[in-house]
Amino acid sequence: MHQAGETRRELALECCLLAGRLMIEGGAETYRVEDTMERMATSQLMPNSHCSVTPTGIMFSPSDEQPTRFVRIRSRRTDLKQVALVNAVSRRLVAGDFSLQEAYEELMSIESSHTSFDLRLQIFAAAVASGCFLLLFGGARADVPYAAVIGGTGFIITDRIERLTRIRFFAEFVAAVLIGVLAYAVVGVGLGEELDGIIIGSVMPLVPGLLITNAVRDLMAGHFVSGLSKGAEAFLTAFAIGAGIALVLSF
Amino acid sequence: MAWVLEAVLAFLAAVSFSIIFNTPAKTLVSCGIVGMSGWLAHSLYVGLGGDPVQATFFGAFIVAIAAHLLSRVFRMPMIIFSVSGIIMLVPGGRAFNAMLNVVENDYLTAMGYAGEALMISGAIAMGLVFAEVFMQLIFKPKHRKREKGASL
Repeated sequence: MHQAGETRRELALECCLLAGRLMIEGGAETYRVEDTMERMATSQLMPNSHCSVTPTGIMFSPSDEQPTRFVRIRSRRTDLKQVALVNAVSRRLVAGDFSLQEAYEELMSIESSHTSFDLRLQIFAAAVASGCFLLLFGGARADVPYAAVIGGTGFIITDRIERLTRIRFFAEFVAAVLIGVLAYAVVGVGLGEELDGIIIGSVMPLVPGLLITNAVRDLMAGHFVSGLSKGAEAFLTAFAIGAGIALVLSF
Repeated sequence: MAWVLEAVLAFLAAVSFSIIFNTPAKTLVSCGIVGMSGWLAHSLYVGLGGDPVQATFFGAFIVAIAAHLLSRVFRMPMIIFSVSGIIMLVPGGRAFNAMLNVVENDYLTAMGYAGEALMISGAIAMGLVFAEVFMQLIFKPKHRKREKGASL
């Protein structure tokens, strides 16, 4: 009997850590991850749990007796659907719709199946966003197709380079350089009208919007380590984009 | 007519960003509406002769309020709805102009643009914070009552 309780607690612990890891990997706020993990722990009869989440790791102490666990987070991307799915599982676990075993299996299946949008659709979305932004920022209508094509290309390049190399910010930098060169070429040939409009529109899909939002919310919730590190990441990404564009403009 | 066009463009842009950020498919339209309302608030304020920093504050505030409300309706995290709206308020044009002037060694003009961009970023942050406080003040009592339920 005691043995069974032990394995169950072990499973509950695994379940909490997996949920936390999946949420951070998908790009959730630190405060939400901690909140979710503590709620799940409370529902599994671990009322005195403590967890400390940073963008690179989770420390979780289930109770006074059990040992504290640590999980390292190696990669983060932007996958809000994953956050929403894990959130739904934790809600159902807390509400009692899921047993612990079901919740764990559900989380495992979320981890193994990446149900993201098709990459081609995402590239198309980047192109549409670039075109819309060009107009919203008051660019010339004739430039829309160029901004769309260049924005889409920039997005593809970022995606490819992020897969090739693990050095952060390099992908954004290269993509920004390429966007600048292409925009220059289009305007130089005489097809495009306004260089600044095309560049601003095409660069928008690279802007780290999620990081900005998360950094602000984390800082306000009192998670200074996560807030500052996410803010730094957002700043460096923005700086990489700016440096890439500046490099092209300086010639 | 210009407003309708702007609304449609902002909606499209917000939906596109949601696709890039991979939000759940059933929230796409809501994300688009959030982005559209934020952009319209921003652009209406500027159109009436307002300061762009204040306009961005209002835009971010509207986006965050709408996102909070929708997160209650859909029972999903708030960031899903707010990200694409917030990203549209990012001062890309000013940052670009700052960069351009730095490259041309015109540091005085560049500082002006950079300062504006910084203020606008701060306004986005303040808009998010004010909306958060606002929602907490309004919804706290209700929230307490169903604390037992799954109110993540």
